[in-house]
Amino acid sequence: MPATNKNTTTRLGDRVFSTLSKGSGIALLVIMAAIALFLAIRAVVAIREDEGNFLTTFQWDANADPPVFGIAVLLFGTVVSSVIAMALAVPVAVGIALFISHFAPRRLATTIGYVVDLLAAVPSIIYGLWGALYLVPHMTGLFLWLDQFFGWTKVLAYDGTPARSLMTVGILLAIMVLPIITSVTREVFLQTPKANQEAALALGATRWEVIRMTVLPFGRSGVISASMLGLGRALGETMAVATVLSPSFLIDPSLLESGGGTFAQNIASQFKEAGGTGRDALIASGLVLFVLTLLVNGAARLIIARRREYSGANA
Amino acid sequence: MAKRIEVSGLTAYYGTHKAIEDITLHVEPRSVTAFIGPSGCGKSTFLRTLNRMHEVTPGGRVEGKVMLDDEDLYGPGVDPVSVRRTVGMVFQRPNPFPTMSIYDNVAAGLKLNGVSYRKSELDDIVEKNLRAANLWNEVKDRLGKPGSGLSGGQQQRLCIARATAVEPEVLLMDEPCSALDPISTLAIEDLIDKLKSQYTIVIVTHNMQQAARVSDRTAFFNLAAIGQPGKLIEVDSTDRIFSNPSVQATEDYISGRFG
Ligand SMILES: Nc1ncnc2c1ncn2[C@@H]1O[C@H](COP(=O)(O)OP(=O)(O)OP(=O)(O)O)[C@@H](O)[C@H]1O
Ligand SMILES: [Mg+2]
Repeated sequence: MPATNKNTTTRLGDRVFSTLSKGSGIALLVIMAAIALFLAIRAVVAIREDEGNFLTTFQWDANADPPVFGIAVLLFGTVVSSVIAMALAVPVAVGIALFISHFAPRRLATTIGYVVDLLAAVPSIIYGLWGALYLVPHMTGLFLWLDQFFGWTKVLAYDGTPARSLMTVGILLAIMVLPIITSVTREVFLQTPKANQEAALALGATRWEVIRMTVLPFGRSGVISASMLGLGRALGETMAVATVLSPSFLIDPSLLESGGGTFAQNIASQFKEAGGTGRDALIASGLVLFVLTLLVNGAARLIIARRREYSGANA
Repeated sequence: MAKRIEVSGLTAYYGTHKAIEDITLHVEPRSVTAFIGPSGCGKSTFLRTLNRMHEVTPGGRVEGKVMLDDEDLYGPGVDPVSVRRTVGMVFQRPNPFPTMSIYDNVAAGLKLNGVSYRKSELDDIVEKNLRAANLWNEVKDRLGKPGSGLSGGQQQRLCIARATAVEPEVLLMDEPCSALDPISTLAIEDLIDKLKSQYTIVIVTHNMQQAARVSDRTAFFNLAAIGQPGKLIEVDSTDRIFSNPSVQATEDYISGRFG
C-alpha cells in the first residue's frame, strides 16, 4: 500500500537523521573529553614539578631547574583588566544601544548601528597596534591627572613612565568589547513589545520612564548575556594585551603603572621559548582561565534563571 | 472626576494618509459612549487622538480641537504626558508589564512622575482598584506573582485596574473584550457598568450587542471607500441608533447588511 510505504520512508529518514545527529553529538563529546583529558594530564604533570605554589607564587620560571611558577599575578591581572573593561564598557554600551533603539532618528540609528557592527569585526591585533601606538602615549595625561587627585590611594598612583599598564589594557579591552555588547543589547532593546511601551506611555510615562519600566527590565537578561559575551572576549584576549602590556611578575599596587600580566598574554609571550615543563605550566594556567570563564558564565546563568518568571518570555 | 470631551473638526494623518476627517462630537461625563463602524474606518485612530497617543506613531499628526472640560488638549504648552495621565487607556490585547508582579502592575502608574507614596497607601490603592476591577478575590493570594501568569480575561481586568489606579478623568477602551471568552467579556461589561458612575468612558467595539448592552450613546463611523478617510456618520443615544437611526448607512451596518 502506498500509504504504508510513505510512512516507512519517513521513518527511515527520521532514523537516519537521528542516528546522524546522535552520532555527531557523541563524537563531539568524545573529542572534547579527549582534549580535556590531555590538557588536564599535562597540567597535573607541570603542577607536580612546580617547586613553588601554583596558586600563590609571584614568579614564572617554568623552564628553570627546578621550575618555579605560580598564577597569582596572572589571575590578578586577568580579573582586574576584565573588571575595568566591563565597568567601562557595559554602561556605555547600554547607553549607545538605548540611543540607537529609542532616541536617534531612524537614519542616524541605522548608520550608527552599521558602524558598531563594523567595529565588532575589526581583528584584535589592529586594536593592539592602535593601543600600543596611540592609546599608551595618550594615557599619560589622564593618568597624571588621576594621580594628582587619587594618587594617595596608591591604586591610582602614577610616575609618568609609559602607560603599558593594566589600566590601559582595561581601557583598550573596554573599547574592543564595546561593539559586540552594544550590538547584542540593541537587538534585545528593539525586541521590547510595543504593546508594553504603549501601555507605559498611556499611563503618563515620560520617554525615560517608558525605558525604565519596560525596555530595561525586559532587556535585563539580554544585557547580562551580552556582557558575558564581552567578558569572555576580554578574559581571553591575547594579542591586544600582549602588544600593549609591559609584563612583570610583581603585583604593583598601582594599576596605572607598567607591569602585571594576564593568562592569555602570558601564554602568547612565553610559549615560543618554553621547554617541556614550561609548556605544561602554560597549559595549566590556560586551564585556570577556562575554569574562570566557566564560573563567570555559570554565575550569569544563575542570575538570569532566578528571574525567569518575569523575563517577559511568556508574555 | 469625570470630564466632558468636546471634539471639533478633528482630522488625523499617518504621514500623508488621511485616516479620519473632520470629526465633531461630544462625549458626556459619567456615561459610556460606544464607537462602532467597519474595520479600517478609523475608530482606533480617533480614540488615540483623545489621549494624544496618535502622535506616538511615526508620522502621526492631528488637526482640529479636543477640549476636556475647558482644557484644550492640543493647546500650545500642553504636555502630552499629563494629558495621558488624565485620559487613561485600555488596549485591545491585554498588555500587563511582563517584568512586574500583579501588585507592581497596578501600582506602575503611581510611581511615575517622581510622585512617591507610602507602602500602606500603595497597598490600599492596589486593593481598592483590584476590587473595583472584580479581580481582587482571584489574585489576593498571589499579588507578588507575575501578571503574565493570569488568564487573558484576568490580564485585561488587571490592565483596567492599572488604568484606574491613577484616577484618570476619562477611560478609553479599544475593543477591550475582543481577545476574551464570553464569560470574561461579561465580567468586563459588568465592570464598565460599575465604572461609569465615576468615569467618562469611551469604548470601541465590533460587537453590536455589546454596544447596545453597555453604552448610553453610540457613534457610528464609516468610510466612503478603501483609502478614503473615515468619517463620523451619526451619534445619538444608543436606543435611538439601534431602533431608529437617522441615516440609512447606520441601519444597514447595524442590521448586518454590510461592513
Ligand atoms: N500605524 C499606522 N500607519 C499607517 N496607517 C495606519 C496605521 N494605523 C492605522 N492606519 C490606517 O488608518 C486607517 C484607520 O485605522 P484604524 O486602526 O484607526 O481603524 P479601526 O476602525 O480601528 O479598524 P479596526 O476595527 O480593524 O480596529 C486605516 O486605513 C489604517 O490602514
Ligand atoms: Mg481598531
